[in-house]
Amino acid sequence: MNAIIVSALLGVVMMFSGIFFKNKSIIKHIAAGCLLLLLGANLLQHYEIFIIKIDTHNLLRFEKMGIFFNTITIVATLIYVLLSGKDIENTGVHVAEYFALLFFILCGVSILTSFNGLLMLFLGIEIMSIPLYILTGTDKRNLKSNEAALKYFLMGSFSTGIMLMGITLIYGGSGNFQIGQAVVSSAAGTVPNASFLEVAGLLLLFSAMCFKVSAAPFHFWTPDVYDGAPSVFTSFMATIVKVTGFYAFIRLFENQNELLGPTWKIILSFVIIATLLVGNITAVFQQSVKRMLAYSSIAQAGFMLFGLYTSNDLSKEGLLLYSAAYCLATIGIFAVLIKMKDYTLDGFNGLAKTQPVLAFTATVCLMSLAGIPLTAGFFAKYYMLASVVKAGGSLWIVIVAVLFAAVSVYYYFRVIQAMYFKEGEAETTEITQSFKVGLVFVAILIVLIGALPSVLLNYFYF
Amino acid sequence: MIPLLLILIPLLSGLAVFFLKDATTSKALALGSSVITLALSLMAVSSKGVLHYDASWLPGLGGRFTLMQDGMGKMLGLLTAISFPVVFAATFKNTYQKPAAFYGLMLLTQAGLLGVFLAADALLFYFFWELALIPVYFLCSIWGGEKRIAVTFKFFIYTFIGSLLMLVGILFVYAHTADHSFALQSFYNVQLTGKQQAYVFALFFIAFAIKMPIFPLHTWQPDAYEQAPTATTMILSGVMVKMGLFAVIRWVLPMVPGAVKGHALFVIILSVIGMVYASLIAIKQDDIKRLIAYSSIAHIGLMCAAIFTQNQIGLEGVMIQMFNHGINVIGLWIVADVIEQQLGTRKFSELGGLAQKAPTLAILLVVMALANVALPLTNAFVGEFLLFNGLFQYNIWIAAVAGISIILSAVYTLNMIQKIFYGNTVEKTNNAVEIDFNVQVVLSVLVVMVLVMGVYPQPMIDLTKDTVNAIFAHR
Repeated sequence: MNAIIVSALLGVVMMFSGIFFKNKSIIKHIAAGCLLLLLGANLLQHYEIFIIKIDTHNLLRFEKMGIFFNTITIVATLIYVLLSGKDIENTGVHVAEYFALLFFILCGVSILTSFNGLLMLFLGIEIMSIPLYILTGTDKRNLKSNEAALKYFLMGSFSTGIMLMGITLIYGGSGNFQIGQAVVSSAAGTVPNASFLEVAGLLLLFSAMCFKVSAAPFHFWTPDVYDGAPSVFTSFMATIVKVTGFYAFIRLFENQNELLGPTWKIILSFVIIATLLVGNITAVFQQSVKRMLAYSSIAQAGFMLFGLYTSNDLSKEGLLLYSAAYCLATIGIFAVLIKMKDYTLDGFNGLAKTQPVLAFTATVCLMSLAGIPLTAGFFAKYYMLASVVKAGGSLWIVIVAVLFAAVSVYYYFRVIQAMYFKEGEAETTEITQSFKVGLVFVAILIVLIGALPSVLLNYFYF
Repeated sequence: MIPLLLILIPLLSGLAVFFLKDATTSKALALGSSVITLALSLMAVSSKGVLHYDASWLPGLGGRFTLMQDGMGKMLGLLTAISFPVVFAATFKNTYQKPAAFYGLMLLTQAGLLGVFLAADALLFYFFWELALIPVYFLCSIWGGEKRIAVTFKFFIYTFIGSLLMLVGILFVYAHTADHSFALQSFYNVQLTGKQQAYVFALFFIAFAIKMPIFPLHTWQPDAYEQAPTATTMILSGVMVKMGLFAVIRWVLPMVPGAVKGHALFVIILSVIGMVYASLIAIKQDDIKRLIAYSSIAHIGLMCAAIFTQNQIGLEGVMIQMFNHGINVIGLWIVADVIEQQLGTRKFSELGGLAQKAPTLAILLVVMALANVALPLTNAFVGEFLLFNGLFQYNIWIAAVAGISIILSAVYTLNMIQKIFYGNTVEKTNNAVEIDFNVQVVLSVLVVMVLVMGVYPQPMIDLTKDTVNAIFAHR
């Protein structure tokens, strides 16, 4: 509750700060301060201290995991603002508004981590998505950015429509906004009896959520939008927004296995394999690192879908770890990418000579994305795979997944090869000392979580 | 405490070397650190019983930081600890771009290798397995030959696929352990059905077979050995290939005995095919490095076949031969490096008559080469005798076919000596000079080890006896 209220208020504060402060860099610092405030407010809720007590009429349900997830997203946003704040300033003139929109997105995030019913899910998704449509189009003079924004908006509204249709059908079938009510109402021991409307509604809901997390075959918008949007906002979109989508997805469908029946696993494994296939294989052929990262984010989505596939305690911890690992690594690699003058692979040639710190931290991030041990990405993937093995049975899907992980090494390591082994003069924009310090901090965090994931997870269990 | 220090010293000194600027200082620090590791390793060998180290690591997952050094661990720890100072000393005069990074990565490789040989926890083992690979990837890709990037990438992808499959195997076994732990003992005690054993065997063995490498998964190896900087190649073929053999003995044999029995004939036949095949290709090579690479495949194939014969004598042979092969092959690589550094070529067709110019080198190489052929009085004779004995007890026909590779190895090794050292000097060797003092010392030390182990191998057999006995007691 705290996070929802405070983030909405701070969004308004950020909007007004644009009127009072003309100096752009002050706004960045205000944003960082506000994020710390938001973090504090969210942490208060860990200890059951509420800023305002509101009866939500059971529309929202706050759990430890959701609050912990909020913490992850807020910390990730803080790191993102500290690393790439300067680049947000350079995107356009309305700097305060950009930061305000980020806070509104965080408001959507905190609704999505606590929704209890389809109505709040819908609200959360919309609050999260609409600021994103704007952010995608912030580079007004750039045709690609405009195209991306329009595409994202049209496709996004379309999927929202599908989602609403699904919610309507479920409401028509069951008479309320809770899914899985049929399971509860049927007596123990009998087969739950879902009506046709409910099943159709769930399928539509499933498709819409797949769209939001860019799972195949609903992924077609992702490369264009990620490529067209200003890189600094792509970074935010590909990390915090994406993992929140997953959180909501899993929260929505957990404990629904009975209702959905065995067909569910078949559909899901199809989606997982298709996502891994499309993401990994297409990423191999990209020449632009930014576009490669767009496809790689689809591939990573394939791994996160395992959390949906199994829904046990391991996969929940895994999702938290995956979110943290994936956010850190992607924010790090995007922060480096933004500084590059040339986004193609050749543009990275010889970066290790010109900017050794950038090259080293980018290498750590890429290794984490590839899932090499001693980086956070390894344990993220490990938990996801372990949850499937623990659930028993489907060893084949794990083997398919690790083979695709080996494919992913190919395209991630091509960037490392360009930086370290190829000759060239990689050109970057001006790099400040504090930026380097920030990057090294991210790299250390990645290695720390990779060596001792229990540090992060113990905090979850207290 | 010794096992922990064995990993920590190369790890920390490796990280420290990265921050040095000066070439000589980094060389000296690397050499010093590796000598300390060697001293520690000798202490481990001289101590009685199994050394342990245990610390909490991942409480939620059931992974612990457990190290164990039994006879096999001591022997391979000693091999690793000997190899690095030998390699550093023999290549002391080589110059590298960014020397600090080179020596830092070499020491990190040593830490990874020692971790693999000492880990007694499956997850920790997997960590070190990968950590030994990453520095080697950078070493080969930065300082390697002309085609280094593509070749090293092939090597990396090959081994990475293998290790991911092994990870699935580890997860599968972990899910079936009684106490949900990654500890070696829990893995040994796991109860699996025949079908499950077959799955686990396949998942683990592919990873190890790629590393060894076993025919037909060997295609990465000759290219990688040829393109890697020679100091790294020495480590790759002297120590790193032992990871595969070691892992089969440590993890596969006691864990899934049923599946090992079921697949033994299949693996042995593949190994023997690889032996003969690699030997035949070695005869046709015109490059010293490629010749040694193929000869190495043949020797490893014999060891792998002997492991799967599952008799005591074969396994004792594997233990002693892992050590001997490491010593011999490093000696051969040092000679190859000396020739390349001095004359700028590795091709037999451009060499000849070197014995007239560098008699000491010729004498030392001939001893190393004869050890490669497994002539009596050299260390490899003892090992290969035990290996063939084991294979002979398993199946006489397979042993006969494998025996062809001994003859072939004499053909290509003696051919190599003849082409490089005898005949008339040619254009490139006209101005050759005697080898440097440091190389002479290193090669002499290796030659002494070859002869001593050839005459009196009993201490090495006694050292690893406890591992062999434990494996047969467990079955």
